[in-house]
Amino acid sequence: MTGGVPSLIDLKDIDLAYNGQTILEHVSLSVGPKEIVTLIGPNGCGKTTLIRVLLGLVRPDAGQVKRREGLTLGYVPQKISIEPSLPLTVRRFVALGGVRDVTRIEEALAHVGADHLADAQANRLSGGEFQRVALARAIARRPDLLVLDEPAQGVDVQGQVEFYRLLRHLRDQLGCGIFLVSHDLHFVMAATDQVICLNKHVCCAGQPEVVQKHPEFLHLFGPQAAREIAVYSHDHDHAHGLGGEVVAPEEGGA
Amino acid sequence: MDFLLYALIGGGAVALAAGQLGPFVIWRRMSYFGDSLAHSALLGIALGMIAGAGLNLGVLVTSLLFAGLLVTLEHQRRLGMDALLGIFAHGSLALGLVGLSLAGGAQVDLMSFLVGDILAVSRGDALLMVATSLVVIVGLRLIFDWLLSLSIHEELSLAEGWPVLRTRLIFMGLMAFFVMSAIKVVGVLLISSLLIIPAAAARAISRSPEMMCLIASGIGFVTVVLGLGLSFGLDTPAGPSIVVVALGFFGLSLAIAGLVSKSS
Repeated sequence: MTGGVPSLIDLKDIDLAYNGQTILEHVSLSVGPKEIVTLIGPNGCGKTTLIRVLLGLVRPDAGQVKRREGLTLGYVPQKISIEPSLPLTVRRFVALGGVRDVTRIEEALAHVGADHLADAQANRLSGGEFQRVALARAIARRPDLLVLDEPAQGVDVQGQVEFYRLLRHLRDQLGCGIFLVSHDLHFVMAATDQVICLNKHVCCAGQPEVVQKHPEFLHLFGPQAAREIAVYSHDHDHAHGLGGEVVAPEEGGA
Repeated sequence: MDFLLYALIGGGAVALAAGQLGPFVIWRRMSYFGDSLAHSALLGIALGMIAGAGLNLGVLVTSLLFAGLLVTLEHQRRLGMDALLGIFAHGSLALGLVGLSLAGGAQVDLMSFLVGDILAVSRGDALLMVATSLVVIVGLRLIFDWLLSLSIHEELSLAEGWPVLRTRLIFMGLMAFFVMSAIKVVGVLLISSLLIIPAAAARAISRSPEMMCLIASGIGFVTVVLGLGLSFGLDTPAGPSIVVVALGFFGLSLAIAGLVSKSS
């Protein structure tokens, strides 16, 4: 993703330690326009910290974070819980992202298939519904870069497949770059341009097929995991059922 | 009967401000925080007396320092926040009581600070309460959406570029102003009830954040009027009487919430 087009965001040689313990070491990465980058890694590998650095929430000890000038960020955190004591419609929640224009809010909700929820109380939604609403808040801002922290957590396999399909769709329609932290390394989105495998340092990075054969990746996760990576691929002429059996592709899945 | 008029004007203004702040105290789970801040005001009174700087200034400065201290300590992990606030709330109350006895000895009317003495407010007091409440109401209006957003998810607000730290500091400042003006109404022991009870009562019939604030202000105002009436009629202390009326509204709201959930 070089070739003259400036990156949306560039991290260079990021070092970060807490209480003398290294969290991130010489981490470099960049996300280009319309690029989908997936970050994977074992628990405690620094994924959450890296996302906080990328969002500008923590300052690294060393290294540079360079954002393209005027970059608009959309962020979908891992979990948002709205207090039962807070009466808040979905529409208002989306507006709190800084968007006052009513039609833009409606559009964003329609994009994620949540337009019917606009007047619902936000604290009554299911996890899957709220995930879409949080995504709507992010895209209503018309972001250049969409950052998602383990968005498919707690959603069933079918939900994950649909969510990833939605993301690819959004990338194509809105033209934003996507940086995604995946909690499930078996389930890297097939539309990913670049997988980054993190274990304090960047173990390996590249296209999904390259990463899954990389010796450091095999060492970290074992060959079993490597075989299962990127099971969801929309380019396949078939899909896998819950037991792994081959089933007919879904309508509109490609 | 001028004193009743001043009490109504001052108390009513404070109740309106409480209604605006109170919902945020509930949404942010800060009721212990409110208690600590209010109790620290007693220490402020004592310090103001000792320094000869006036009670209001003493309370304002102490509350601001205290709020700042609590914000810095919010992220420590050694003790749970509830334990820490418990220590601060009672510690500052005890410090205040000791300080008051050193400062004024037997002449100090302790009860008026603990549970308020609204019927003793002067014209100047009432004006100050109105002005302070105006500052609180207008200030909160200006930061409303930011404060609401960061109350839901602070990191999301930061990532979206909102002035999170400034908003929190302004909110703390407004709380300190509120504490200063509310001492005369219900005293340091009951200040947080003025924040929480009307807001909790408003929850049952509110559909939006603004609506909850507005209804809480309305309930607070009516509560002060009825509480003063109760106090006048039965010759009971005004501050506690106001809180008792607020409790009545809360009970009523529970009944309404029960009816609403049954019918839906």
